[in-house]
Amino acid sequence: MRVGLFIPCYIDQFYPQVGIATVDVLEHFGVEIDFPTAQTCCGQPLANAGLHTETKPLAERFLTIFGEYDYVVSPSGSCVAMVRHHYEQILGHSPNLDAVAHKTFELCEFLTDVLKIEHLSGAFPHRVGLHQACHGLRELRMASDTELVGPAFNKPRQLLASLRGIELTELARPDECCGFGGLFAVTEEAVSCMMGRDRVLDHERAGTEVLTSTDMSCLMHLDGLIRREKKPIRVKHIAEIISAALASQN
Amino acid sequence: MQSIKDHPTAAAEFIANRDRVRWHDTAVWFARTKRDRAAHGVPEWETLRELASKIKLHTMSRLDEYLEQFEANATRLGAQVHWARDSAEHNAIVASIIQRHGATRVVKSKSMLTEECGLNPHLEQLGIEVTDTDLGEWIVQLLGQHPSHIVTPAIHIRKEEVGQLFHERLGTEAGATDPNYLAEAARQHLRAKFLAAEIGITGVNFAIAETGGFVVCTNEGNADLGVSLPKVHIACMGIEKIIPRAADLGVYLRLLARSATGQPITTYSSHFHGPRPGGELHIVLVDNKRSELLGSGDFRRSLNCIRCGACFNTCPVYRRSGGHSYGVTVGGPIGSIINAAREPHEHKTLPFACSLCGSCSDVCPVKIDLHQQLFISRRQLANFGLVPKSKQIGLKLAATIFARPWLYRIAGRLARLALRITPKAITYGRFNVWGRQRELPPPPRQTFRELYASRRAKK
Repeated sequence: MRVGLFIPCYIDQFYPQVGIATVDVLEHFGVEIDFPTAQTCCGQPLANAGLHTETKPLAERFLTIFGEYDYVVSPSGSCVAMVRHHYEQILGHSPNLDAVAHKTFELCEFLTDVLKIEHLSGAFPHRVGLHQACHGLRELRMASDTELVGPAFNKPRQLLASLRGIELTELARPDECCGFGGLFAVTEEAVSCMMGRDRVLDHERAGTEVLTSTDMSCLMHLDGLIRREKKPIRVKHIAEIISAALASQN
Repeated sequence: MQSIKDHPTAAAEFIANRDRVRWHDTAVWFARTKRDRAAHGVPEWETLRELASKIKLHTMSRLDEYLEQFEANATRLGAQVHWARDSAEHNAIVASIIQRHGATRVVKSKSMLTEECGLNPHLEQLGIEVTDTDLGEWIVQLLGQHPSHIVTPAIHIRKEEVGQLFHERLGTEAGATDPNYLAEAARQHLRAKFLAAEIGITGVNFAIAETGGFVVCTNEGNADLGVSLPKVHIACMGIEKIIPRAADLGVYLRLLARSATGQPITTYSSHFHGPRPGGELHIVLVDNKRSELLGSGDFRRSLNCIRCGACFNTCPVYRRSGGHSYGVTVGGPIGSIINAAREPHEHKTLPFACSLCGSCSDVCPVKIDLHQQLFISRRQLANFGLVPKSKQIGLKLAATIFARPWLYRIAGRLARLALRITPKAITYGRFNVWGRQRELPPPPRQTFRELYASRRAKK
């Protein structure tokens, strides 16, 4: 099984440790990974701004770069959702797109759905608050949301809950949006920051020490608010938590 | 309509009043939690949603047939059916019916369609008094404001403010805030309006093609009282409110109130079949660009809408910016799609008043893919050249950079270097919108690809 590693542009540039943690986790499970250096960006910021024509070349590049792998794995729910759910609106339907979309996974769902991992060994003795990023939740369906009526499940939470010593905090609004929304964070700055503050407050009241998510973009926004207000909550991407826990066994 | 500020400006003003925005968000979220409890109490909820969506899509695919079937059956029952191409025709038709009867006093139950057409100001100009009898609508009418929510029009008004308003206009005790006391005062006052009314206007929740009848749902019974006393009933409806058969009604009535307020059903679900003996029933069918939405393909599913307001209640942006910030009759997620599709230039900020969280799509009882349509709306606006120039230029530059890995690496290095060396006073100066309330991410010296490459080199 050859896995192509898809590292979002902003993680490559600003949160490289999340990419390294992703590598560590996959290598721990014996996955053969390759990082095609030609990759840059999935095009989500352009697509969300309505610039679909300009997004097209980036989407086509993605299919070319990642077409050869058995799986494509990324530590980002929103970038994977872009490929699986929105590339068709950009490129139109094609068997090639279908093939790549079907094998592109966010890290946690790759662990649970492809590697069939149910429990992780290792310790992470902290009070952890899981922020459920919207694209991963309502597009990739990595967990059940509070809106739909159906059986409850939660892939990232399931992985975290299996760690020794971890305490997952309970939120008043378990799946409300953090307010990042891409350029929304800047074009609707007032609403974006109030939404983010409300998430942080929810976590504070729940006793969260470490705030985590499958999306570094949400965490970048929440961390920005936390650091400005000098709150004691630490922010870590879920790959960093899993990687630290797996390493704790050694 | 009030002057249209763009959404971000109006939202920022709403948020500046910390007390009010916190209260508004809590009050509207409460409606969402009530919906959740009601929906989770129906094990077959998702099946109902799927059925409701399919029936509507089917109906839209044969809208002309069902409308004509409805007209034939309603006429057979003795109703008079009128067709209005747009809001101006609608207003003219309603006004002419009222004037033909020499009437000057009208009561109206909640109808977002009549709000959309601007009926009240039109009638008032002709010397016709219109009283909105839904309590929330009446409060908003007394204040000279527009409704901020399609189901709870005065949700943005606190009971202290209602107490103050009623003290000034109805003579209730100063400082009263007890909802029962205030509602009773309103009830007595509105009683007089009902008794004096010469004509009653209602909206339509569902019109049934098979029977020629229609249903009006209220909690207050104001529609019923409004049309039981006067001899003339005028019912105004958008053409998308039609459903094929009486048997289909059960699906929608099970979904509507649960989605809107968390009740199993509204207190009154009144079925009208033709005029009462000795009375007149007029039904006004209104297009007002609905057939354009139908023909658009992309936005056709927005015609499924049964105006339940669930998308408003769940929308984290609506809750924190208030209905007035949208500058349209029907705002929120559904309104952002419809209004931007109909008048892109006027409402170009609305599809962007959204973080694409997708919550709206999951609560919509008729499964409109709201967040997908908002995404497509943005493409339409971009195609019309309505995306702000600065945003376009910045993103096109980004596209150029992302298409060339070598350029991307250089740009990234320069950006991180700039962040490291530029004095904070400048980085967090006036032009950094992100930096107003947030810190920027600390810029690392090495990228992931550099770290990974050196790690592999060591092996």
